[in-house]
Amino acid sequence: MADIQAASPQYPLDGMVAGSALVQITPAAPASRLALRARPDAIAPLSKALAVKLPQEPKTSAQGTAAKTKGRRALWLGPDEWLVIDESGADLMAACQGAGGTFSAVDVSNRNTAIIVSGPAAEAVISAGCPQDLSLKAFAVGACARTLLGKTEVVLLREEADVFRVECWRSFSAYAFAFLAEALRDPMV
Amino acid sequence: MLLIYCPYCKEERPEIEFRHAGEAHIARPTDIKAISDEDFEGFFFIRSNPKGIAFERWRHVHGCGRFFNAVRDTVSDKIIMTYEAGKPRPSDEEIQARLKELAL
Repeated sequence: MADIQAASPQYPLDGMVAGSALVQITPAAPASRLALRARPDAIAPLSKALAVKLPQEPKTSAQGTAAKTKGRRALWLGPDEWLVIDESGADLMAACQGAGGTFSAVDVSNRNTAIIVSGPAAEAVISAGCPQDLSLKAFAVGACARTLLGKTEVVLLREEADVFRVECWRSFSAYAFAFLAEALRDPMV
Repeated sequence: MLLIYCPYCKEERPEIEFRHAGEAHIARPTDIKAISDEDFEGFFFIRSNPKGIAFERWRHVHGCGRFFNAVRDTVSDKIIMTYEAGKPRPSDEEIQARLKELAL
């Protein structure tokens, strides 16, 4: 039988830091992530299994409320697609094992990495490379969307009014970080 | 930059998130082996390329990822309306009503 080798996770942004008086750009803590595709019949069982209600409204995210799943987030990416993020080190694959309905779950914990952009100028820094309207009116706290940042595709989540989480693919993360750091020179920031 | 209404995200998003995906409402023959070469050519290669109202597939590739259909005026490059994939082609009356709404 073939030996199964588990790839060890890499954190290419480890130790990187950028910022100014108005904004901090830091790598996010390692997290478990799940790319979920689910038919309507699986939404309720998955919400129960993951203890976070899968949102069904575009551009919205939901957070776990139970003590064990506090901070676990489910992000709406498409009509049948979600990204689940958990920073507590929980095994999300095990959690949704055997949930009813038709769905596919892929562990993408190490495919993605995230950058936290926080501070009063966070919105301006991300707007340097993101074509979406990020004003609080259009992109409220808790809003999330897959979109572009410069030349890379990212998933943007507004955690607080002036805190954004930029989820990007690990191999693009150095570019995304450098892009954000460069955006600090923008006169708007 | 154009703003395109995505029928799945239910709001206008910047054009750069989208990708054009050819003419819409082209049904693949159910028994593709049985059709003649001429019919296959028609299905596979020949497109209407109209001047004016065109029905097109678009994909919100850097967003929700879904394909949808759009009615676009190829002269003015205005997108008149978008609708979910699988929905029937809008009638002339619907398009005219929408044009009036947009005051185009």
